Amino acid sequence: MKLSDLKIGQRGIIKEFTDLALSVKLMEMGCLPGESVCLERIAPMGDPIAIKVSGYQLSLRKEEASKVILHT
Amino acid sequence: MKVALVGNPNTGKSSLFNILTGLNQKIGNFPGVTVDKKSGFCKLPDGEVVSIMDLPGCYSLYPKTQDEAIVSDILSDKRNEFHPDLVIVVVDVTNLKRNLLLYSQVADLGIPLILALNMNDLAEKEQIFVDADKLSELLGVQVVKISARNNENIQGLKKAIASAPSFAIHSSIYSIPQSSQNLVDKISSEFNYDNEYASLLLAHQYSAAKHLSKNETDKLGNFIEEQDFHSEDQQVEETIWRYTYIDKLIKECVHITPKPIEPSLTDKIDDVLTHKFWGFAIFFLILLVIFQSVFTWAEYPMALIENLFSWIDEVGHQYLPDGVFADLLLNGILAGLGGVIVFVPQIAILFAFIAILEDTGYMARITFLMDRLMRKVGLSGKSVVPMIGGLACAVPSIMATRNIENWKDRIITIMVTPLISCAARLPVYILLISLVVPDDKIWGFFDLRGLTLLGLYVLGTVGAVFVAWIMKHLVKGKAGSYFIMELPIYRKPRWKNVFLTMFDKVMTFILEVGKIIIAISIVLWVAASYGPPSRMDSITTKYESPELINSYPAAELERMESAERLENSYVGILGKAIEPAIRPLGFDWKIGIALITSVAAREVFVGTMATIYSVEGSDDDTANIREIMAAAKDPQTGAKVYTTATAFSLMVFYAFAMQCLSTIAVVKRETNGWKWPAIQFGYMTVMAYLASLIVYQLLR
Repeated sequence: MKLSDLKIGQRGIIKEFTDLALSVKLMEMGCLPGESVCLERIAPMGDPIAIKVSGYQLSLRKEEASKVILHT
Repeated sequence: MKVALVGNPNTGKSSLFNILTGLNQKIGNFPGVTVDKKSGFCKLPDGEVVSIMDLPGCYSLYPKTQDEAIVSDILSDKRNEFHPDLVIVVVDVTNLKRNLLLYSQVADLGIPLILALNMNDLAEKEQIFVDADKLSELLGVQVVKISARNNENIQGLKKAIASAPSFAIHSSIYSIPQSSQNLVDKISSEFNYDNEYASLLLAHQYSAAKHLSKNETDKLGNFIEEQDFHSEDQQVEETIWRYTYIDKLIKECVHITPKPIEPSLTDKIDDVLTHKFWGFAIFFLILLVIFQSVFTWAEYPMALIENLFSWIDEVGHQYLPDGVFADLLLNGILAGLGGVIVFVPQIAILFAFIAILEDTGYMARITFLMDRLMRKVGLSGKSVVPMIGGLACAVPSIMATRNIENWKDRIITIMVTPLISCAARLPVYILLISLVVPDDKIWGFFDLRGLTLLGLYVLGTVGAVFVAWIMKHLVKGKAGSYFIMELPIYRKPRWKNVFLTMFDKVMTFILEVGKIIIAISIVLWVAASYGPPSRMDSITTKYESPELINSYPAAELERMESAERLENSYVGILGKAIEPAIRPLGFDWKIGIALITSVAAREVFVGTMATIYSVEGSDDDTANIREIMAAAKDPQTGAKVYTTATAFSLMVFYAFAMQCLSTIAVVKRETNGWKWPAIQFGYMTVMAYLASLIVYQLLR
């Protein structure tokens, strides 16, 4: 399952990334493998999305979220 | 001693900077890039004065943006002129884990450090307790709890600065992996680096490092290939290692009282502000307020400034001896200066609002709301505010594009913002509409003139979106730019920050843009006041003849003379020279002169028209000039000059053409060169020409 597949309010645990360069940036922002994330909201036009991770709100585009794989 | 503040965005770093330096600060650019460089001085308890520099916010030393690259360069290169003697890493205690990543990287560079745990007030409220003594012991650096927002324990931080060691005594955190050791050693000896982590950073970003020569970059590239060094894999490995270390630290030093999870205030506000309907409704309401304020609040101070300058002008003419010097001073320099200062109220108001939007955290939500829509036309969610500001004036709006981190998004926003119909076009539109559009109502309800005006605003906006869409395909974007952005919690605006931002922007505008505007104003003044001496002499002789003096009143004669002088000045000659080119648009040489002088500022059109048709009247007194323009006839054919076709062609020309020195100057400053202003001037002129051509040929 991908981060972009979460529904609002749903939680997941990050497993891995499919884009190396993006993974560096996401890790800097606190999205580490093993970290729990929760989909907080989706922008009115369906993109971008906002997630809760390590205690704060992070927004990213769906296309970026689709490169984050969650534990099923 | 040079002290640098380093930290993640939204950690209260700039609040701390403002508290430490007060009004005693200087804003400029880092050499060669448009990244704000803020520095100032701070007096320590022992009387020593240290310089403080606020480095741009960043999440790590592996830069993803221009701002972050600056931080990395300054901290890792000991020969950099801004390299500090002491670094204060400012971290948000409520988000310690992510913040400590940057700390751990900076700590490895071997610069003396202080760790400032900011937002201590919030941490206490959320029952997060950090054992600062323990943390200090484990890290080997001074740890100070502060709350910059509430001015808490700033004295403690100052004391820590005073007692900081002059060289790093803490041990490094990350050890260079065996596989990279060879490469690091090679770089250290080749480039004379005494810090291993700095050498490793150089290996990661050597291609972007500004202080290396082409030769050195190539050499480094070879090293890296030889050693089979894969930058991104290494970064991932290092980042995970650091987080493991940080997890251990946090386990030992941080105690969080678990509490029931309930939606925070920020969550509740976000439910409304990012709502499908209310989110947009409130956003447009806020924009409306900003636009109205920039338009109406600025009106009074702007009139005051204009009056002040015309008063100085009057006094000057009264007391200065007539001559070239007085003319240059008053009509060239003073007029140019007035043209700059008059924008100050609008800039101040727009930036006060932008600072409030940034400070409260709402700006990030605007981006979140609008990103999808704006991305379709090649812009970003952050382009919205500058473009709306463009309705008032493109100058502050282009300065406001610094909030857009992505270079491509930013350049496109800068390129299209002047197409949005600004306030300076209004006098031109009003004059021309009143000339050719009847004062009728459609269906007894819609004012025809008002509709035409609205149509011109729509035209400008559609033009901007269209150009943005084209540029999206033409402008090359930098790779590796992401949308990934923190949505900070909502906070009350800090009025001191709002005021300082406003103050900085106004000063930057006056000093940086003012220089260019004044220089070009002088050139324009020379071209409009001087002509080939033989022609000018004959005009002087002509108006000295008693025949003329006797048959006209003195004031009338003076106006006739100045009109004739303008016609024969270099600008006038240029106007006649371009007449063949603008004929197909329905313009004669007189309009040609106005087009040229309008390059100084669009509203100059009305004044120039007034001078050319030698009528009395200022920019605002359009009734008089309107009648004369309505009666103007072509001397050869006897046909009316200002037909519907000509007037509409002219309005469309003004809608698209880049006739604003201030904008050119500010684009030059913001893009650091003449390339983009030249492109902008070129494409807008071509676009204006073609659109006017089509309009004139269709309506004729």
